[in-house]
Amino acid sequence: MQAVFFYLFATIMIASAGVVIFARNPVHSVLFLILAFCNGAGLFLLAGAEFLAMILIVVYVGAVAVLFLFVVMMLDVDFAELKQGFAKYLPVGVGVGVVVLAELGFVALGWSSAPSAADAAANPIIPQMSNTAALGQILYTKYVIFFQASALVLLTAMIGAIVLTLHHKPNIKRQKIAEQNARTRENVIEIKKVPFRTGV
Amino acid sequence: MSDGWASAISDFFIAYPLVLALVKSVLLAVALLIYVAYVILADRKIWAAVQLRRGPNVVGPWGLLQSFADFLKFALKEPVIPDVANKGVFLFAPFIMATLSIAAWAVIPVADGWAVGDINVGILYIFALSSLGVYGVIMGGWASNSKYPFLSALRSAAQMVSYEVSIGFVIITVLLCAGSLNLTDIVNAQDTSYGMAGWYWLRLFPMFVVFFVSALAETNRPPFDLVEAESELVAGFMIEYSATPYVLFMLAEYVAIVTMCALLTILFFGGWLPPIKIAPFTYVPGVIWFTLKVSFFFFFFAMVKAFVPRYRYDQLMRLGWKVFLPISLAMVVIVAAVLQFWPAGPAGS
Repeated sequence: MQAVFFYLFATIMIASAGVVIFARNPVHSVLFLILAFCNGAGLFLLAGAEFLAMILIVVYVGAVAVLFLFVVMMLDVDFAELKQGFAKYLPVGVGVGVVVLAELGFVALGWSSAPSAADAAANPIIPQMSNTAALGQILYTKYVIFFQASALVLLTAMIGAIVLTLHHKPNIKRQKIAEQNARTRENVIEIKKVPFRTGV
Repeated sequence: MSDGWASAISDFFIAYPLVLALVKSVLLAVALLIYVAYVILADRKIWAAVQLRRGPNVVGPWGLLQSFADFLKFALKEPVIPDVANKGVFLFAPFIMATLSIAAWAVIPVADGWAVGDINVGILYIFALSSLGVYGVIMGGWASNSKYPFLSALRSAAQMVSYEVSIGFVIITVLLCAGSLNLTDIVNAQDTSYGMAGWYWLRLFPMFVVFFVSALAETNRPPFDLVEAESELVAGFMIEYSATPYVLFMLAEYVAIVTMCALLTILFFGGWLPPIKIAPFTYVPGVIWFTLKVSFFFFFFAMVKAFVPRYRYDQLMRLGWKVFLPISLAMVVIVAAVLQFWPAGPAGS
């Protein structure tokens, strides 16, 4: 049963990853990318990593891919123009592809798991612990420095993005909620006696 | 005789757990869809009552069959697909939205142990599915290949993503108190001897309010229904939809609303627990309490629709990012600190 679902998810994932590249319409590409993410989450679930599966959906599908889709939908893409330089750029593309593939190959061939990993997997510190709790246990104790460091990297990136895009233009009228709320009848309305036929 | 039958049935289900899961899912889906049909009717009736109208009152006694009549009418109409629409995505969008919104109910415990899948990361699963819900809107708006649906899809996407952030932090504060991601455990953590006063709505009152308002925004309900602001966007991202695809969008919207009411019930209102732990209340089955609480919250959703004017878009964004996000972030820190330094205090159980 598990094997059936594994092959199902894996096949759909690889197929949709292929469509991401070959689809003519960039929006379709992003939609298939999302399908690939969802199947990746399915594979995590089969491996028993339900926390990672849900986080993959929440973060990548629910937030990152939405932004992708946003950008791609708004682009005014001329498909004919896009296709034009295909032959010209083909060698460069193939070159980059080969380099990445070779790197992946080196990593895959040199892959080894830590000698203590098999033992740790067989004998968890606290039996019956859900993998959310287990992740928290190790992330906030043993790897807390790395965890904090990666959080700082993200914070820097976030501040960088805000600084790059935030422009304070001086002559724009903005709604100031606090100012509006501070208005009272006394300091806003002025009642004047207007003399007849003379005006203010 | 009856014992024999019961044990034969239970043996059958133990032998074929997939069949049991299927039977449970079908039962829950049927109950949910009938409930949603009456929720739609209740929405219209409450809105009508506020405006001193009668609301639907012709089909069946007191209009009780109105939703079914509407459904039949929608289902029998011809679905019109615009010529320039991206047909595959156009038809897929309502299906994905309806499926996702109903799928969330797989983990919701309607009574003690009455969940189709009582998974460890239940609340994350619901959060993940509700964050996927935005795709139905974007895909529908984009595939219609028309200006107004596209504009409202963009609005909706930004709105849903913004409010998801504060919903996430609200959920974290509840998780800190309950110490589990499992929905059944979250309800059981609220089972104190204080009854109603022990539920999280009192202990986490600011978060309860933030969650309620964010739920309104997340489900595109008034006063945050900028997605379908009639005066600006005709009818929102589903202008080009008709017949069955339209009805799927509408169904998804109302199922999502009921899901949010159920989440409010589970996270803050003690799920299936009786409000007072004394005799007549404890005899009532949990599923009745659960349904009553969900209906109670839906009543508030309907009342808000009736008497709060629509927000402007920049006000909506300000509320989400500049008011709710800092409040909920601060509350996460406060709740965590109280739990750490005063474990026996109000936040602990």
